[in-house]
Amino acid sequence: MSIVKVDRRDFVKLAGAGSAGLVIGLRWPSSMKASGNPANALGTYVEIGADNDVTIYVPHTEMGQGVRTSLPMIVAEELDADWGRVKVKQTDLDARFGDQGTGGSGSVQSRWMELRKAGATARAMLVGAAASQWGVDAKDCTVAKGVIRHGQRQVPFGAVAEAAAKLPVPKEVALKDPSNFTIVGRKANRVDNPDIARGKAQYGIDVRVQGMLYASVERSPVFGGKPVSFDSAKAKAIPGVRHVVQIDSFQTDLPWSGVAVVADSTWAAMKGRKALDVKWNEGSRANESSTAMRTAMVEALAKPDATRYRNRGDVDAALAAAAKKVEAQYEVPFLAHATMEPQNATVYVSGDGAEVWAPTQAPGSVAGSIARILKINREKIKVHVTLLGGGFGRRFNSDPVIEAALISKSTGAPVHVQWTREDDLTHDFYRPASMHKLVGALDGDGKLVAISHRMALPSVRAYYRGPAGENLHEARGLDEINELVPNTRGEFVLIDSGVPRGWWRAVGASANGFIIQSFLDEMAHAAGKDPIEFQLALLGHGLVIPSGSKDEAEYPFRGDRVRKVIETVREKSGWGTPLPAGRARGFAWLYDALTPCAEVAEVSLRKDGTPRVHRVVAAVDCGIAVNPDGVAAQIEGGILFGLTAALKGKITVANGRVEQSNFHDYEMLRMSDMPAVEVHIVPSRELPTGTGEPPVPPIAPAVTNALFALTGKRVRSLPIDPKELRKAEG
Amino acid sequence: MAISLKVNGVSRSVTADPDTPLLWVLRDELQLTGSKFGCGMGLCGACTVLADGQAIRSCSTALSAAAGKKITTIEGLSPNGTHPLQRAWDEENVAQCGYCQTGQIMSAAALLIKNHAPTDADIDAAMDGNICRCGTYQRVRKAIHRAAGEVSR
Repeated sequence: MSIVKVDRRDFVKLAGAGSAGLVIGLRWPSSMKASGNPANALGTYVEIGADNDVTIYVPHTEMGQGVRTSLPMIVAEELDADWGRVKVKQTDLDARFGDQGTGGSGSVQSRWMELRKAGATARAMLVGAAASQWGVDAKDCTVAKGVIRHGQRQVPFGAVAEAAAKLPVPKEVALKDPSNFTIVGRKANRVDNPDIARGKAQYGIDVRVQGMLYASVERSPVFGGKPVSFDSAKAKAIPGVRHVVQIDSFQTDLPWSGVAVVADSTWAAMKGRKALDVKWNEGSRANESSTAMRTAMVEALAKPDATRYRNRGDVDAALAAAAKKVEAQYEVPFLAHATMEPQNATVYVSGDGAEVWAPTQAPGSVAGSIARILKINREKIKVHVTLLGGGFGRRFNSDPVIEAALISKSTGAPVHVQWTREDDLTHDFYRPASMHKLVGALDGDGKLVAISHRMALPSVRAYYRGPAGENLHEARGLDEINELVPNTRGEFVLIDSGVPRGWWRAVGASANGFIIQSFLDEMAHAAGKDPIEFQLALLGHGLVIPSGSKDEAEYPFRGDRVRKVIETVREKSGWGTPLPAGRARGFAWLYDALTPCAEVAEVSLRKDGTPRVHRVVAAVDCGIAVNPDGVAAQIEGGILFGLTAALKGKITVANGRVEQSNFHDYEMLRMSDMPAVEVHIVPSRELPTGTGEPPVPPIAPAVTNALFALTGKRVRSLPIDPKELRKAEG
Repeated sequence: MAISLKVNGVSRSVTADPDTPLLWVLRDELQLTGSKFGCGMGLCGACTVLADGQAIRSCSTALSAAAGKKITTIEGLSPNGTHPLQRAWDEENVAQCGYCQTGQIMSAAALLIKNHAPTDADIDAAMDGNICRCGTYQRVRKAIHRAAGEVSR
């Protein structure tokens, strides 16, 4: 047990909204006191009713990663609640919780201590109330499953909730020793399972508001294009069509101009849209193409000038003195997020305010964008977050919400904007394409002594801030490995592009995992060493790298934890043991979002050269695994997500347009492609870290390293090209 | 002109044009939003419903083609939402975002009507039309096996 001060963002009890009971929330920031209504239960973490119901509020977005289960588990643990009686509610956008952005695998990691304190504070007050009624010392009371006990006496939470609410909030609370956890660390079924399996779960697409109209938007096929003319009358001739509204782009908040058809039903809006016959001024990007971009990248990598973002040791001297040098060029394409739920949003702009119902990862920026573009006071914008049919970073951008807000303002009705799959794939904020040139040096003992890494890309940050603001976001996933090598240099060259870029699951690490882990495999082979031994030697023993970020000071990179993860995957995968003929294993790992994850893939080749991934063994150290089954699900899913990109994912641009439009040409892996995935969670008492992104980066290199072991052909470009592999097989 | 549609055992009169995809009739007119829109071309299976016990893609089936058939949506799969597949989906924690899962369950329901003991290969063949972007396939397969055990008992 540890005693912690309830400081930083103190909890306060809030008068229950009508119902008697204990409500533990966050202290109002002083700026909010004037306008806020402290009687509003929303924004609290935990509410205990006189009826024994424990309601836990979730301030993050559920997009499949399980936060509506894992975050309440943490509160319930310290509260000693009966998990079976916990109700979970989604928190609307509420300044007390910050911007409530959900991403970077950070929900559990960032809220861990706050949620524990909320649960422990409520528990202490409930116990205090019971102890005072019984005239005993609170220290002598025990709590289990929502019942407080002392000797023969017992009382359920609900019976003392009202009395507890009258007690002062304790200045210090005791937190449990993790060895006494009974909820955290055990399998919990996801709280949304019953609704999902019965078709009752509410996603953005399911929002229904009184008087709501449906809109479908024809957007400029070329990024930056504007409508010149369109046929409103023809669209309005379709039964059910009510309005035609032109939408103008607004910087990177809404990069596309278009024409919306607003109707009584989705289908009428879609039909009306087909009748619009829009003529476009395609603008300055009408000639952009992936082919030209690739040429520009090749040229950029060959030129001497580049921006240096890291430099450690003396790379040039190490390269000059190398016993062996390896040079390689890697490339990855643009990728779309392709969430199963196409983009959509519902907004009602009325009076001087707006109400939003949206599947968003960033409710704070939704409110900010609407406030800026429609000139509405931010405090008058209500944002309700629905379930998300997938996020993967796409729903950090608020473009569909802005469209709905503009159309609602223009028509005076609540408006649901519904994108098609074609809209979704051709108007994404794409994971950038990039090309990388690496040079590595081995010394006489086969030790890796230097890496020079130069990349050329249209970066994410340069899209939003312009090239001058870039200091390379896309180095993510490289920092820790660069620290393992005495001489390392990182450089980038920005490539101009009008293609919108965004945050795709694991962001830069989605590309860098493939590149650096393939290259280290190349270096291991050049050194004549086993790839796992080669990487373990880089890690050494007892290595600790302090975190570069103040917020993450408690999370240094610890080499021994990574070592354990790698050793686990080596053992569990049977690394080095015989396989059936025609199969080979490949290994890769990466440290991403504070979590090391290592994977071994078993691969064979079909006659047509397409790889078949039979089995993937993964090991992860995410500290305390709050819901281990949920962690396993994230790893299983992350592996398939990364594998889909490795085998199929490619967005190309020609004549300024994205060429892919639906799942026939932007293919997803299916049931028959799914490898058997085994997940091993390294037992840990360390602080929990995220698992949504870390399993994604290692899978592509695990597969391509296996393909090298199988065929001798090094895959340096994604997606994997079966024609190249067929050639290698002869 | 109203068209009569039999959905989940109830005859409903709908006013949508005959060329309207069944999916939008279910979602916008009958407020049965459990069937999801994913691609509009029958490529992803999120909109799967049963027509006379066969799995169909409601996004690419016109209302006129669905009229006269017995349509079952996720909402009508079982009286209290306790179909063996629905329970198995909970027990195996299949869903991540959950968006595709009603379609997955309806495709699996069509499979189990014909085949009470599907092999992995049978499941692959029946389920390959249903995309899950979250990558839950391994658990979908397990849940189908689990439910099949109950259906056959």
